[in-house]
Amino acid sequence: MTSHAHDSHDAGHGHGDHGHSPFLAHHFDDPEQQFDSGKLGIWLFLVTEVLFFSGMFCAYALYRSLHPEVFTFASQYLNETLGAFNTGVLLFSSLSMAWGVRCAQLRQRTGLVICLAITLGCAAMFLGVKAIEYTHKWDLGLLPAGEYVAQYLQEPHHAGISPWLYYLSAVPALCVVGFAAWYVMAVVKGEKRTAEVAGPMLVTALCYFLGVFVGIAFQNAEAAALAAEHGIEAHATDVHGSDSHSSDDHGHEGSADHEHDAASHEGTKLVSRIDAPVVPGEPTLAAVDQKGGAGIFFSIYYCMTGVHAVHILGGMAVLAWLLVRATKDHFNEEYFGPVDYVGLYWHLVDLIWIYLFPLLYLIK
Amino acid sequence: MSAVATEPTHSHYESNEADNFLINSKGFLSWALTLDHKRIGLMYLVGVMSAFFLAGCLALVLRTELMQPTGWFLTTQQYNQVFTLHGAIMVFLFIIPSVPAALGNFLVPVMLGAKDVAFPRLNLGSFYLWVAGAIFFLTAMLYTGLDTGWTFYTPYSTQTRGPVVAATMGVFILGFSSIFTGLNFIVTINTMRPPGMSWFKMPLFLWATYATSIIQVLATPVLGITVLLLAAERVFHIGIFDPQYNGDPVVFQHFFWFYSHPAVYIMILPGMGIISELMSVHCHKSIFGYRFIAYSSIAIALFGFLVWGHHMFTSGMAEVTTIVFSALTFTVSIPSAIKVFNWLATMYKGTVQLNTPMCYALSFIFLFTIGGLTGLWLGALSTDRHLHDTYFVVAHFHYVMVGGTLVGFLGGVFHWWPKMTGKMFNDFWGIVSCWFVFVGFNLTFLPQFVMGSRGMPRRYARYVEEFQDLHQMSTVGAYLLGLGLFVALGVLLQSLRSGKKAPPNPWGAATLEWQCASPPPYYNFQSPPTVNEPYDYTPLVYRDAERGWEYVQPTTPAPKTAHA
Repeated sequence: MTSHAHDSHDAGHGHGDHGHSPFLAHHFDDPEQQFDSGKLGIWLFLVTEVLFFSGMFCAYALYRSLHPEVFTFASQYLNETLGAFNTGVLLFSSLSMAWGVRCAQLRQRTGLVICLAITLGCAAMFLGVKAIEYTHKWDLGLLPAGEYVAQYLQEPHHAGISPWLYYLSAVPALCVVGFAAWYVMAVVKGEKRTAEVAGPMLVTALCYFLGVFVGIAFQNAEAAALAAEHGIEAHATDVHGSDSHSSDDHGHEGSADHEHDAASHEGTKLVSRIDAPVVPGEPTLAAVDQKGGAGIFFSIYYCMTGVHAVHILGGMAVLAWLLVRATKDHFNEEYFGPVDYVGLYWHLVDLIWIYLFPLLYLIK
Repeated sequence: MSAVATEPTHSHYESNEADNFLINSKGFLSWALTLDHKRIGLMYLVGVMSAFFLAGCLALVLRTELMQPTGWFLTTQQYNQVFTLHGAIMVFLFIIPSVPAALGNFLVPVMLGAKDVAFPRLNLGSFYLWVAGAIFFLTAMLYTGLDTGWTFYTPYSTQTRGPVVAATMGVFILGFSSIFTGLNFIVTINTMRPPGMSWFKMPLFLWATYATSIIQVLATPVLGITVLLLAAERVFHIGIFDPQYNGDPVVFQHFFWFYSHPAVYIMILPGMGIISELMSVHCHKSIFGYRFIAYSSIAIALFGFLVWGHHMFTSGMAEVTTIVFSALTFTVSIPSAIKVFNWLATMYKGTVQLNTPMCYALSFIFLFTIGGLTGLWLGALSTDRHLHDTYFVVAHFHYVMVGGTLVGFLGGVFHWWPKMTGKMFNDFWGIVSCWFVFVGFNLTFLPQFVMGSRGMPRRYARYVEEFQDLHQMSTVGAYLLGLGLFVALGVLLQSLRSGKKAPPNPWGAATLEWQCASPPPYYNFQSPPTVNEPYDYTPLVYRDAERGWEYVQPTTPAPKTAHA
């Protein structure tokens, strides 16, 4: 074989021992050929994934170049703090995944189980934060082009938790109950191996809610900070005296504003500024902020982050499969391919987010 | 590695009858859950043939309707639905999986002397994705009738009441079936070649399959995201393709053709691979210009990604863009022409045997050349303005897709039929079927070139009277073509019932698949086969009809190498 043999793989076994692994498929000559095939296969799969996302990146590039003002305007409704937090979560999950691959190569069963559990937990936390971001936007009418609700026509928004969040959280809640019951049963019956699967799965499901609470906490904290700031402003200036607000002190945390009581001030402010262009010479906000205008940003936002979230879910499914196999002690110096392949996939999903975060959240 | 057989390879011929992959295990589940690439290949074969039968019948419905300028028995709306069904089934369910998935699955591992493809479970998964996609797609289309054409152009596809979302999800699933097949073949060819088989000792069919797989892996994901966005456009009005929400329909065309033009090469490249095999074997002469044919497959795959814009010359693209796309389009003709010249040179002074596979191969060359050359009219900006969306285009791509891919596919099916089933077919009737197909095909589509250049637009259910003669000629030809295909089917089915038992190597071919029994045993080879030059026929000797061709001890140790 001329292909790229993995270093540690080569170091892990002599070339003489063929066919001893119970997981060597009959049509391969030796574990090395099997590993190389799998590795090439997963890389090709990652190529297809990149091309799959490329369509949406093209759409992004196209519509951003056609309507830069829409992207600048609409991007302010994304919460950078939550995006940054999620970026950190995913980066950390990539670390734990890579560590897990190393554990598999060194036949460290417990280490691998812990690493997979951490990775799964991070994935769930990411989705929890994402649920807060999504539901908040749905409440405000920040929807794809055809359904977009122009923000200056909006009634100031209610505070608290969106009803959508309850729908989104139903499945994780069921998971918590199910995994908890499974875990308790395994512990009661003294099935150690089952408990080793059920425990991390329970933690994973709980991590979703941890993400939700982190999301709410961040939103509320920012809303409170802004409220305090605007409270002072509201006293200092007439609420309807629109021109006193410069464009840079406004709108960064637009999404958080609406969450809070102070949203009424913010809403009024948006309405009052709507006929002034963001940048002189460019379309007015009224022109930007309308159905089929600003909505294109959210179309692309939902498509890209939605497809990415589906990939996170898919990754969680294969991670859970690895967890089961890890507790069965399937992986060792000679056979760790599946952990390695899933690891590569997970890094790609992480990498795509690393592109999405600045492209969507950090436009300015 | 020695280039020649150093010992008689009789051992490969002797296999236990019970090991035969067709009968080594029995029952429905032994087929439905098989991981054997040969069974999966045969299941694909039955699947794509059924799809072809269905879509072929629809073609006859269309041609019959067009007997009269004012229509006959279809409403214009029904006509739209029937041509959509015909095109979509042919493209997504038949042509794309025909050669790679059906013949490729059977042949790739055997040609490599391997036991199976690299990922057998993924392979079975691809097949079931194909089945799922087919069911999804067909139900969606039959439910209320899709009328967008197979291309799903926006904005019509976002407005029509047809089941666009369901159909696009079917396409999405079929796309993944195609991706996984391609991925599997690339890995198989990369990592599972036997010792001694370097890249340039691979049979050319494998080169063609490899090139095809590259396109499948690189282009199909873009189709996936395109149809996903189209579905999202219909459901959520995302405004990327729909002008009603400030979207741009031309963006859809770009996305769509970025896949669908390379997909044309997914369709034709494996057919070219088949012809490369057939030409050499049935002329009993080493292929001329091996390396050029191999490289031209890769070149077609790569150039194919740069020319999608030639489908959109009249869409209002920038003029500079159209010029660039037109120029790039012409570059594809170079590797295609290289192949045709090399096939012709292979025949020169060869021992041409006019049996059924060879007759189909000759038809391929004739028809594909016409199809390819008329493509130049369409690739040239000035003439395309006139010919765009006329029957000239219809005739052109049918010459390539039917005259090329289908005829190549039939040639391949006849060529490898003895290997797949262990039965010889009736050669006389096979040749008769080829004549019917050839004459019928030309009668169908030559008049369409004439009609198209005179301005008959495509996809019209009604037409002006002056085209009636040509349309009727075309319809008669279509029935003749259909008859030929039925004769071919009859020949194949008859061979299953009462065909003679096929020897391991009935044609005197030198590629590895002919070294194992016909049909091959479950594990393909009892012992690893000896890798020979794929197109060196000197060590092969014809014994008799029962034993076919056999390897003998070579007298000279170093026969000439395969490259030109």
